[in-house]
Amino acid sequence: MAERTPWSLSGALRGMFARKTIDDDTWEELEDALIGADFGPDTTEAIVEHLREQVAKYRTTDPADLKRMLRETVEERLAQYDTTLTLSNRPAVVLVVGVNGVGKTTTIGKFARFLVGHGRSVLVGAADTFRAAAVEQLATWSERAGAQIVRPQHEGQDPASVAYQTVERARATGAEIVLIDTAGRLQTKAGLMDELSKVRRVVEKLEPIAEVLLVLDATTGQNGVSQAQAFIEHAGVTGLVITKLDGSAKGGFVLAVQEKTGIPIKLIGQGEGIGDLTGFTPHVYAQKLVG
Amino acid sequence: MAVFGTLSDRLADTFKNLRSKGKLSAADVDGTVREIRRALLDADVALDVVKAFTTRVRERALGDEVNRALNPAQQVVQIVNDELIQILGGQQRRLEFAKNPPTVIMLAGLQGAGKTTLAGKLAKWLAEQQHTPMLVAADLQRPNAVTQLQIVGEQAGVPVFAPEPGNGVGDPVKVAKNAIKHAIDKQHDVVIVDTAGRLGVDAEMMKQARDIRKAIDPDEVLFVIDAMIGQDAVATAKAFQEGVDFTGVVLSKLDGDARGGAALSVASVTGRPIIFASTGEGLSDFEPFHPDRMASRILDLGDILTLIEQAQKQFDEEEARKVAEKLASDTFTLEDFLAQMQQVKKMGSLKGMLSMLPGAKGMREQLENFDEREITRTEAIIQSMTIAERRNPKLLNGSRRLRIAKGSGMTVTDVNQLVARFEQAAKMMKTVARGGVPQVPGMGPIPGGFGGGRGKAAKAKGKKKGGSRSGNPAKRAAEEAARATGVTPGAGGGSGFGLGGAAGAGGPSAEELESLQKLLGR
Repeated sequence: MAERTPWSLSGALRGMFARKTIDDDTWEELEDALIGADFGPDTTEAIVEHLREQVAKYRTTDPADLKRMLRETVEERLAQYDTTLTLSNRPAVVLVVGVNGVGKTTTIGKFARFLVGHGRSVLVGAADTFRAAAVEQLATWSERAGAQIVRPQHEGQDPASVAYQTVERARATGAEIVLIDTAGRLQTKAGLMDELSKVRRVVEKLEPIAEVLLVLDATTGQNGVSQAQAFIEHAGVTGLVITKLDGSAKGGFVLAVQEKTGIPIKLIGQGEGIGDLTGFTPHVYAQKLVG
Repeated sequence: MAVFGTLSDRLADTFKNLRSKGKLSAADVDGTVREIRRALLDADVALDVVKAFTTRVRERALGDEVNRALNPAQQVVQIVNDELIQILGGQQRRLEFAKNPPTVIMLAGLQGAGKTTLAGKLAKWLAEQQHTPMLVAADLQRPNAVTQLQIVGEQAGVPVFAPEPGNGVGDPVKVAKNAIKHAIDKQHDVVIVDTAGRLGVDAEMMKQARDIRKAIDPDEVLFVIDAMIGQDAVATAKAFQEGVDFTGVVLSKLDGDARGGAALSVASVTGRPIIFASTGEGLSDFEPFHPDRMASRILDLGDILTLIEQAQKQFDEEEARKVAEKLASDTFTLEDFLAQMQQVKKMGSLKGMLSMLPGAKGMREQLENFDEREITRTEAIIQSMTIAERRNPKLLNGSRRLRIAKGSGMTVTDVNQLVARFEQAAKMMKTVARGGVPQVPGMGPIPGGFGGGRGKAAKAKGKKKGGSRSGNPAKRAAEEAARATGVTPGAGGGSGFGLGGAAGAGGPSAEELESLQKLLGR
């Protein structure tokens, strides 16, 4: 595990690029590497096919060319969408959603710090009133980030009402950006997904929602697509956050998610430290992924 | 996933072109294996595991282990399922308790896998079984993990040992060590140690986990893994196996719609059994792991498997062979006919069976027209006969027929019809069994069929269109038979009742036997 370069395909591709020419084994290795990186059978097939065409078109036999083409293909596919966050409204309300354990609360902590670091005043709303100690966890993060927090008035309070109160407070205090944490929910739980729609509806009575960020765990496999589709339907997701990219998972499924849903990746999380959150740059991502 | 439908659907497509052969050809197997490979990858089974798995399936499918109760499609599916269950549940086991309490259970896993929630569930489950568990808050990393465990413990009604506030303060190794002493003092018989989530690549954190393990010498180390995890499951599982050497696996978040291929990857790469499944956010959403359910979840093959199971359970291969031999040697009697019919009945509702076949949706109408009670009535008539009469229908004179009619609550006409149909069919089947073309003017190859009788079979046959006819007479008879029962030959219908595909080593061939089954089943 130690010798692995985190979230890079370079290890898996080493054998392939060490060879002198592109042959059948090269293609097989490439396919294996992509599937191993969670690209999924469909995307893998599409990429390999595209690269085969490219290789035939330019009549190259040099694996180095193939590597470059792979990088470009991945980058091209990732760059199809606009990755900028729209936070121009005041207050700009950001709703953070996702399944259980993907790192929503941690992401909010890091995002708050990032924004505070840029001189914005941030208010976080603890609308995860379900999970034990979620409010406390968020409180700790917001304290570290230097953001204000709105807590539920009592245990098990309706998350929509906490969200409403948070936005209300932001208007009163003039906070520029509002980050609302929601409870993790599996996309198959219809009741909980409806709850999310309600949070959205209620908040929109006060302010338009600037961004709905869906947090996806990089270790997730092909289920990521199903998650994204459900959350888009119920919460109107506008951007993706990929977390836990500091592990050994490569998160190849995000490509499929982006392409199937048209929702861009906007942030990536790479650690438990408060500064481990960055914006998403297709070029850098592709570079890191392919090596 | 949704785009391609379930594996069941895709396999049905692959099998559409397959004729019901007794044995699979290499090309058939390859096509099927390709679909399975794709389905496994879609279910997030690790690539290496998929490769090893499909190779084994291929070998077995091409080998001699051919189950005669199933058609080729079903054979492959069955092999796949067997292999899946073997990997998933080959060594399924229960939680092991220490001889001298306390039993120490340590939880480990990635961030967000669901360790803390699981700790609460496990504690509650153990408490319900008259144990006196204690929870230990050794996750001092994540903000307020300690508080979360305290709340969870309170909900479960289990005490929590939490000497340190957490949030980066305190030494988890020391906490774990002290916890054991505390548990002995307070006479808790199970200690559940919740640890911080850590990445497999984080050498420092893995060392910490190893230190905790060393300090408390747990009886069980449970590796908690998210059912949604992708290809990384293997790397992570290996890292944790090397790092803390877990003794069992818990699959969490199984209430989602992930297929959970990770279960297969982890089980086959580490050889460690999956002990529990976590299926929701409530503290009681927790159960021992069921390998068979997981197997069908990964491949999404529920319906086909149920069918295979039923066919296998009920189909008596020996019986079928005996009948075939009897037919060939001209000694088929009403007694044998009764036995056959009862065998078919054992399989449960024919309508149910037929509708479970892939591609059976199009034949609902025909199914509706099929009266299952017909079999029962025929059965009653035969059962009202003496043994001698069953063996030699020629004995049946007018008074015997009247007695039989009274005994079975039918009319003499019904008895007459049955006997006539039996003779006709026996004659025809004999021809089929010998490889000839049945000659029954005006009735088509199947003279009304048994049991089904009263022109229903003919009606059903009339509705069925399309499908090329085989040049091979025996095969054509089989196809006709399939059509008459309302099964399309293409859709694996050759063994509509799960009876077909019986290959004959010497004696009657597979197809012949199959067509017999068909007639008898009718």
